Amino acid sequence: MRTLNIAIRYTIVTTILLGIGYPLLITGLAHVLMPDKADGQLIMRNGQIVGSALIGQGFTSPRYFHSRPSAAGNGWDATSSGGSNLAPTNKKLVDRVDADVAAWHKQDPGTKGPVPIGLVTTSASGLDPDISPAGAYYQVPMVAAARHLPEGTVRALVTAHIRGRQFGFLGEPTVNVLELNLALDQVQGQK
Amino acid sequence: MTANGWLQFVVFFLALLAFMRPLGIYMAHVFSGKYGFLGFIEKPIYRICGVRSDEEMTWREYTVAMLLLSFVSLLLTYIFERLQYFLPWNPQHLPGVEQFLAWNTAASFTTNTNWQAYTPETTMSYFTQMAGLAWHNFFSAAAGIAVAVALVRGIARRESKTIGNFWVDTTRACLYVLLPLCILFSLVLVSQGVIQNLHPYTVAHTIEHQTQTIAQGPVASQEAIKELGTNGGGFFNANSAHPFENPTPFSNFIEMFLIFLIGGALTVTLGRMTGSPGHGWAVFACMSILFAAGFTVAYWAESHPNPGLHGVSAHASSSQAGGNMEGKETRFGISQSALFATVTTDASCGAVNSMHDSFMPLGGMIPLLNIELGEIIFGGVGSGLYGMIIFVVLSVFIAGLMVGRTPEYLGKKIEAYDVQMSMLYVLIFPLVILTLTAVSVLLPMGLGGISNPGPHGFTQILYAFSSAAGNNGSAFAGLNANTRWYNTALGFTMLIGRFLMMVPMLALAGNLARKKGVPPSPGTFPVHTPLFTILLTGVILIVGALTFFPALSLGPILEHLLLQHGILFS
Repeated sequence: MRTLNIAIRYTIVTTILLGIGYPLLITGLAHVLMPDKADGQLIMRNGQIVGSALIGQGFTSPRYFHSRPSAAGNGWDATSSGGSNLAPTNKKLVDRVDADVAAWHKQDPGTKGPVPIGLVTTSASGLDPDISPAGAYYQVPMVAAARHLPEGTVRALVTAHIRGRQFGFLGEPTVNVLELNLALDQVQGQK
Repeated sequence: MTANGWLQFVVFFLALLAFMRPLGIYMAHVFSGKYGFLGFIEKPIYRICGVRSDEEMTWREYTVAMLLLSFVSLLLTYIFERLQYFLPWNPQHLPGVEQFLAWNTAASFTTNTNWQAYTPETTMSYFTQMAGLAWHNFFSAAAGIAVAVALVRGIARRESKTIGNFWVDTTRACLYVLLPLCILFSLVLVSQGVIQNLHPYTVAHTIEHQTQTIAQGPVASQEAIKELGTNGGGFFNANSAHPFENPTPFSNFIEMFLIFLIGGALTVTLGRMTGSPGHGWAVFACMSILFAAGFTVAYWAESHPNPGLHGVSAHASSSQAGGNMEGKETRFGISQSALFATVTTDASCGAVNSMHDSFMPLGGMIPLLNIELGEIIFGGVGSGLYGMIIFVVLSVFIAGLMVGRTPEYLGKKIEAYDVQMSMLYVLIFPLVILTLTAVSVLLPMGLGGISNPGPHGFTQILYAFSSAAGNNGSAFAGLNANTRWYNTALGFTMLIGRFLMMVPMLALAGNLARKKGVPPSPGTFPVHTPLFTILLTGVILIVGALTFFPALSLGPILEHLLLQHGILFS
């Protein structure tokens, strides 16, 4: 009985200390030291939150670069993150990729080459904010045509937005889709 | 596979090697009671709770204390989940959690499994995550460390009835080891972009005039202990794939580092506390061999694109990772995804930064096999070490049989009772996994959870029970496990995998502590040599392979062969 008594008191004391005290301490420190990061790096345009630099969103217009397909909820649902969890031997996966490849060729009749793998596979989170540089360059003719911009201008913009491997060797090079699209709008002086 | 991918593996391993030794020595001092600089927090805790900190416990008392703390905290978390609507920090006004799911989750976090049958963003309030789930992240880890330390004391002590004080060991593990590292690394994670707030979810209006609701929360504080304590329960459904949990390649590196840090350091602690540093390194070498082998296969398998896909370019280049990118994040690519999957299942962490269900058949087999070997490759904090010591005892026993002498381990005779306890540990694990997998395959409600047809569906179920019994918590997540059958069966599997394996461990500790020391003789099999490392590795692989090869051949191996012939399932 004495041990049970200790166990109950111990659980309560440590819940206050580590279950409540510790996260509140970190919340306080994070907001003093790095408030923007603690709140999710939200991006404002014209006084409105247009998204987070870290959270991917879907784009449908050919005027914008498209993100990877998303399996989060019904797509890009940032309250229901997750992957497709389709197995490599599941026909649904192959059918979906076939359909997406066909859609890319239809949307962009100028580009006949194979589609970079990232553009037709869902990410693990469904909220991948990035595409690979290959995936971005692939979309340049589509975006340039829709915006009546020279391809060279759009291509240069993509190149400027490539984020290399962290510290030169960690991870893979990426292009943040939302930031790239915001930059596109800025180039054309819209909104 | 690319040179850069291998470079990341090598740097990761070197970072682990550099930091685990000082931490391991520090922990040996902490658990020998050498430090008291946090006495101003430690002592009041003992006073309020009525703990007599100078009191030593027998293995039975130690076990009772461990079980009661687990029981009380399981109950409290269940209550938090059910009543969260009425508790603070619930800006989304989420309702109480359904009872079967609440049971499964409470069992899951109590046992250091962190299996998640729910979508956290829409199920758990900030309060439940912090006070319920993150608390367990600390204490299931601390209890694991405590049991491992008790076992090490059992080996080190001579003719002693006691193995330490559970409350003191647990408190020290939290205050001196886990908490300082968590404070430091949660801020490092925030610096990379991991969020930490108590705000309601943000509503964004996108430039294409859609709205997107973005989940928020106190993530960084939970992320640090989730990895360091090898818990693995994500704040979000996508776990460490979610950009708010793991925003950059460096945060990914840090998270993997934290998963292995204590497991690695404990091998040093083992060597120090038993006065045989060479033995600690021999165990570490065995872990390292198995780790490198697992990564190699997983990385190789995932570097290959799915042969069923056409019209895509999937070669690795300087402008894309290539390979099997389904269920992987662009910023991590193949190397960091394969490495994370290997690390999280070598240890009993279960956090994921890519979806194992979408791995190539052999790539997905590695996480499964890592779990089935017993999560002893660095392993869960504490549980990895004591699981490994079981295999050490078996190796010493087998070596003893070969030369016809009573086996000895660090000056202790290994006798019938010790081997029985070890075998209990080795046998309970596959028994529960294979039996419940077989039952699930026979039941309509078991088969009903499968989302991928063909051999992969079998692997989904096998993975679920392996993960639950091994207290890992990762999943072939397509399996719909939020049903009465899976919530209940997996909940019990987790409890069996935790407590039915901890109790024989403490019994072994008590029995070893009781024994006299025997001086080493020329016939003693040394446990600090490369020969020992090879024998130990062999024993682990033989036990694991004999037990699980038939099941693996029905799942991932068969799937691999079919995929090579272009056979798909619908």
